[in-house]
Amino acid sequence: MSRKNPEYDFKWCPGCGDFGVRRALELAMINRLEETGLPMESNVMVAGIGCSGNLVHLLEGPQPYGIHGIHGRTLPIAMGVKMARPELNVVIVAGDGDFLSIGAEHIGPQAARNLNVCAVIMDNGVYGLTKGQSSPTTKEGTITSSTPFGKMEIAADPLELYLTLGVSFIASGFSGNPRRLAELINQGMNHKGFSMVHVQSPCVTYNDTFQLIKGNAKEGIEPMIWDIPEDHDRTDKAAAHALIQKRGLPVGVIYQDDSRLSLDDRVQQIWSKDRQHSVDQLIDAYAI
Amino acid sequence: MQMRDFVVRFAGEGGQGVVTSAEGLAQVSTQVGYHALTYSTFPSQIMGGPTWTQARISDAPILSAGDDVDVLVAFNREAYETHFSEVRDGGVIIYNSNDREFEGFEAEGESRIFGLPIDDLAKSTGNTRAANMVVIGALAHLVNMSQDYLEQFVEQRFRRGRDGDAEIIESNIKAIKLGRAETARSGFALGELAPAKAPDYKQIMLRGNDALSLGAMAAGVEFYIGYPISPATTILLWMERNLVGPGKFAYQVSSEIESITGILGAGYAGKKAMTATAGPGFSLMSEGLGLGWMAEIPVVVVDVQRGGPATGLPTKTEQSDLMACMYPAHGDVRLPVIAVGTVEEAFYGAIWAFNWAERYQGPVILMTEMSLADRVQNIARPDLSKITLESRQTYQGSNGYHRYSGSEMSPMPIPGNPGAYVANGSEHDDMGDTTHLPDRHVQMTERRFNKLKLLEDGYYESENTEASVAVMPWGGSKGPAYEAFLRLQEQEVSLGWYYTMFLHPLPPKLLEELKQKKLVIVPELNYQGQFSSILRSMGVNAHSITQYTGLPFKVRDLVDRITEMTQSPQKEMARA
Repeated sequence: MSRKNPEYDFKWCPGCGDFGVRRALELAMINRLEETGLPMESNVMVAGIGCSGNLVHLLEGPQPYGIHGIHGRTLPIAMGVKMARPELNVVIVAGDGDFLSIGAEHIGPQAARNLNVCAVIMDNGVYGLTKGQSSPTTKEGTITSSTPFGKMEIAADPLELYLTLGVSFIASGFSGNPRRLAELINQGMNHKGFSMVHVQSPCVTYNDTFQLIKGNAKEGIEPMIWDIPEDHDRTDKAAAHALIQKRGLPVGVIYQDDSRLSLDDRVQQIWSKDRQHSVDQLIDAYAI
Repeated sequence: MQMRDFVVRFAGEGGQGVVTSAEGLAQVSTQVGYHALTYSTFPSQIMGGPTWTQARISDAPILSAGDDVDVLVAFNREAYETHFSEVRDGGVIIYNSNDREFEGFEAEGESRIFGLPIDDLAKSTGNTRAANMVVIGALAHLVNMSQDYLEQFVEQRFRRGRDGDAEIIESNIKAIKLGRAETARSGFALGELAPAKAPDYKQIMLRGNDALSLGAMAAGVEFYIGYPISPATTILLWMERNLVGPGKFAYQVSSEIESITGILGAGYAGKKAMTATAGPGFSLMSEGLGLGWMAEIPVVVVDVQRGGPATGLPTKTEQSDLMACMYPAHGDVRLPVIAVGTVEEAFYGAIWAFNWAERYQGPVILMTEMSLADRVQNIARPDLSKITLESRQTYQGSNGYHRYSGSEMSPMPIPGNPGAYVANGSEHDDMGDTTHLPDRHVQMTERRFNKLKLLEDGYYESENTEASVAVMPWGGSKGPAYEAFLRLQEQEVSLGWYYTMFLHPLPPKLLEELKQKKLVIVPELNYQGQFSSILRSMGVNAHSITQYTGLPFKVRDLVDRITEMTQSPQKEMARA
């Protein structure tokens, strides 16, 4: 995996937003290592397919476990890993195409279950690896290689979607500030339940939004990015909704509900109900 | 006239006690030392609708559901109209004369029929719930089953150490006697069932899907997720109730795509993981199964076959998923396939499936079918001390491991331990990193296929191996085919018998033997002759006897068609 493997033949474009997300993930995992004392091998990265999915191979330093599976299925794969071994820290990395288009059917169920994993979504508003098709977050009317007359659908609103579906931790970040992003990812990892860290990670080749996000005073472009104020009540769903409606790119934690049990906690409660039988007992239930 | 076996079909409306009657008869019979096998079809609806179940009772172990119906118990008019033609000459039809539908009923031109006032007789015992026993009494008269047997059963069943046991026992015995007496008055009788020969070993009686679930449990399944689908749902329900405790997980998810990818996550994390589905769900698992093969993750996927493509025939039986199970995904993939043919094999097949998955580190498909899923049968109680359980070879070294090195199976690291790697569904190098190099694709493709050589330890049955023509069914067609084989033996037809549940890889010695045959006849429930075409591709002159009615084979039909093929193999081959 990763680093100096000459055989590994995938490269991100120079300046790709995903470099910043990679840095943030490395920082977050090292932070976690320092906080918990658990080895790097207690982390499992479940990657989607696309530019962002290759992050699992490109991490520097000590390596976590990884799965580079099939398109759109990060969430159920991660569910399998987490429910098999709740002590592992399971992190999803996927793009807006993988997660919000082909994989969208899995968000609702995991949110309802409150699956205890952290999903880091790199949103660049385009399918990069297949060279520039429109994605769910591409703006309406945008001309892309697959929308020669402009995109015919409205853009998805991922943060609102997560809130509606019942995701219990929602943060929004920007790949241009890896340290801040790492803090958000750490908070997501520490949240006992389903955490979504939605990251604007621009595609420099097909949809370069760096300038739009950061702004450019010389050209009179107002920055989209803004910090969520400290007095925002993240436990208040209505406040979270209002915050998302302010648009732009908020950075920080939008919503957090600590009151719900995670799926692995619920399963542990079932264990305590003492319904276990040995295989011999189960067989003898059918005795003639 | 002494009888070795008889078949009773209970037919009526869903909710009229059709299934409980048949299973009750099976229970009575097995408890007094007979053998029993039930067969049923259900309507694809929740309440009501026509339904029927039949039970075959014999003094010897039973191979098939039976060709003919000796007794029909019709709970309503529609049941009578639908099923009377299947009752054999000399058989008997009993209808519930207390049911309003049968008021003023006269079966024109039907002499085999009589009305039994089931509800009145039950009521007269003071226990309306004894209606089943009235029917059992009627059947007992028809086959002259010993009253002692039945009373012994009632004692065992209702002696529960509670107040009122005595009254319940008394009313049930009275119900049996009343059913007997009323039937005696009708003048009908079938003969005398041979006395029960109670086996000298411990037995259990259960349905196929329960046996499969128990087998998985004995194999050490730790993780089960599934999505409701007929006829696999009962496995999900069984697991949710029984796969409980630290380190275990059974759960209903939102689609079969979640099922397969979820168990892959669990298999990767070190668990023995399984899901069960039927055709439509299996189709959705295609891409995930390819991932399991590619990334080398042990999982067991059960396909409980039903009929037809798409939604097809959800409640009928067929053996038409073999190609889909063996070649489930795009790219070069050929998964190991174990297809069970009896309730007992459902138990042991599940253990083999887990052992194989762990051993070669990849998905194993365990095939069963609707007619087995819901079949209730008595089998020898499995002896767990005789079962061998295997677990995967895990990596025990330090970090920096190349998980996919070499051209053979290699130890698998488990997350949380040293040896971190990327389980990769893209073609990869030995470290798990994505690559497109031609040499790597060659090496890894060969590695994946080489691992199948670890699975050549399956066993097989064979008889009359010197015959140049042999019959070799697979899966649930085993029972009727073997019964047909036995009948042809009696007729002194020169015919060999082969059977294995290990369809891929086939036991190599079996394949060698089959290649020597002039003709291998494969009875199978599909249109294309799927297994015979696979055998032909391996150099066996195999040809199918096909049937695609949604129903199992009748022994009589197989006898005729095998005879035809053995007499004119050339003609038959030309047709195929």
